[in-house]
Amino acid sequence: MAVTDAPRIVTSRLRFDDSYTIGRYLATGGYEGLRKALGMTPEAVAAEVDAASLLGRGGAGFPAGRKWSMLRKDPVTYLVINGDESEPATFKDHLLIERDPHQLLEGVLIAAYALQVTQAFIYVRGEFALGLERLTSALNEAYDHGAVGADIFGSGFSVDVVVHPGAGAYICGEETALLESLEGKRGFPRIKPPFFPAAIGLYGQPTVVNNVETMSNLPWIVLHGGKAFAELGGGRSAGTRLFALAGHVKRPGTYEVEMVKTTFRDLVYAPVYGGGVSGGRAVKAFIPGGVSAPWFGPEHLDLPLGQDEVGNAGSMLGSGAITVMDSSTCAVRAAWRITKFFARESCGQCTPCREGAGWLERVLRRIEFGGGREDDLELLLDVSDNIAPGLQWPPQQTTICVLGPSIPSSIHSAIAMFRDEFLVHVKEGGCPVA
Amino acid sequence: MSHFGPATAERARELVSLYPEPRSALIPLCHLAQEQDGWLRPEAMDEIADLLGITPAEVRGTATFYDMLHTEPVGRYLVSICTNIACLLGGADALLEHAESRLGVRPGGTTADGLFTLEEAECLADCDRTPCVTVNHRYVGGLDAGAFDRLLDELRGGRRDDEIPPHGTLVRVRRNGRLRVATEQVARERAAAAEARAARAEAAQARAADNQAAPGGKAQG
Repeated sequence: MAVTDAPRIVTSRLRFDDSYTIGRYLATGGYEGLRKALGMTPEAVAAEVDAASLLGRGGAGFPAGRKWSMLRKDPVTYLVINGDESEPATFKDHLLIERDPHQLLEGVLIAAYALQVTQAFIYVRGEFALGLERLTSALNEAYDHGAVGADIFGSGFSVDVVVHPGAGAYICGEETALLESLEGKRGFPRIKPPFFPAAIGLYGQPTVVNNVETMSNLPWIVLHGGKAFAELGGGRSAGTRLFALAGHVKRPGTYEVEMVKTTFRDLVYAPVYGGGVSGGRAVKAFIPGGVSAPWFGPEHLDLPLGQDEVGNAGSMLGSGAITVMDSSTCAVRAAWRITKFFARESCGQCTPCREGAGWLERVLRRIEFGGGREDDLELLLDVSDNIAPGLQWPPQQTTICVLGPSIPSSIHSAIAMFRDEFLVHVKEGGCPVA
Repeated sequence: MSHFGPATAERARELVSLYPEPRSALIPLCHLAQEQDGWLRPEAMDEIADLLGITPAEVRGTATFYDMLHTEPVGRYLVSICTNIACLLGGADALLEHAESRLGVRPGGTTADGLFTLEEAECLADCDRTPCVTVNHRYVGGLDAGAFDRLLDELRGGRRDDEIPPHGTLVRVRRNGRLRVATEQVARERAAAAEARAARAEAAQARAADNQAAPGGKAQG
């Protein structure tokens, strides 16, 4: 089955040009989920989210309900929303912030009520100028509507929300780096443990950090019940999810699809989704979950879009970004560009990442531009092995955060899948495909 | 001797008041300074340090970590061309090369008339329109060479000024008012939470001491 008839949970309003206004939002059931939640106990709201089995939509895929329940024992002080979407080829939170900011706000308010926090921060990637404007307007409208602030909707519950702009740093998507950034510091990830900022978060206080898409699912879950959400999808991957499809497809875009029941092939080829490979060429390889993920070949196209299904096959759904590379793609150039990205974005705290990324980038560059040596392939793998020992998946950790161990993914994949192509670059000084 | 004009200074105070700790306003204040000056001047960093009660070195040390905060002057229009994976597959390298020759500068450079700064960007999260280009962080769509040239003409003629403010102005919508939840209420809740945590920690310590006093107690329990 290529396309299921699952409801659109987070993209139902996107067909309207004015989807971001409070007028459209209220006309399409907006803030009803919040009103319903305010009539329930906070514990009952949290229980619905738990029942939904909603996996966090940021990249790590940790169950949102469990993230909250870690804090049941301790009162939470802050709720922080991660809207710093910057994993390359990921463009779904961008869409949700720009096109349905009220839905995001409503989700944040529901979470704030469930966790009983009086202050929430939405950290939005600085480059999203229009998104920041739309979200700020929406917040102003929501305050005027009585949905945010003191005694919201007359419920006795009070909460303030602050929209906080980032300033351009990939690493701030890592949740402890995001908290440092929100404290007005450089985005340096914090040493673990604690593995979650639950115990020691913003200003050292208990903090929940959730992703934009995760929050945007909450109004629907509260209105329709966690069970209805959990009935969609399959296995541990419940509900629908946004997939950002890019690269060599006829119809790149962000699509909401039912998890597990849909496959990569469906997403790439179904006329309502990708519509096939551009130019009618063959899929050479695809990246299933952002550039931190190992690549897949065409033999993996029939894998279902499920977190465990993709994890067991040796990669990850990660940020939900699927990038298709057709037969005209130079594997060396693709791996080089991705590595250049990591080299630029390494925060510089840990040696394996800071030094390793730079060396890998330079070696790949010389191969791409005709100065490579035959033992460069082993050199690349050796340096990669120093960053993530054993080059296994999931990678071993030698650094404070997962940026470092993500660097080898594309290099290891490209060499394993297209070694001959690397060798032609080295021996002939040019590319056999591009 | 304020570097910020009166209106900017007022907005700066508003921003600081939104956070439990003043330093959290550092990035928003740097954006505000860029809105006034087009870039982050040393005088502005000094003033931000004063407002936050930290040193100018701490402001500078933080600001230089972030790509969007410019401690050197930039042109009126910051033209960012993404060359990351999705845009690479969409022909971004050719567009960047074209832009370099049209503007006569390399990435990072500013044209002699001070109008354009060219930047090779990392993924800008608009990957269904490649190669992705932004001007002052406003998306202008996936562009080919011809569309890029037309964009430059329009920018030179000021015909995109409604949509694209000069560099530094990030968000043209202002937050409507300050925090609404009474600070006393927030403080009360924080104090109660801290007390609950301390009581639990004390109880845990007492339990640990009990276990130590009675060896094997833990195993029996």
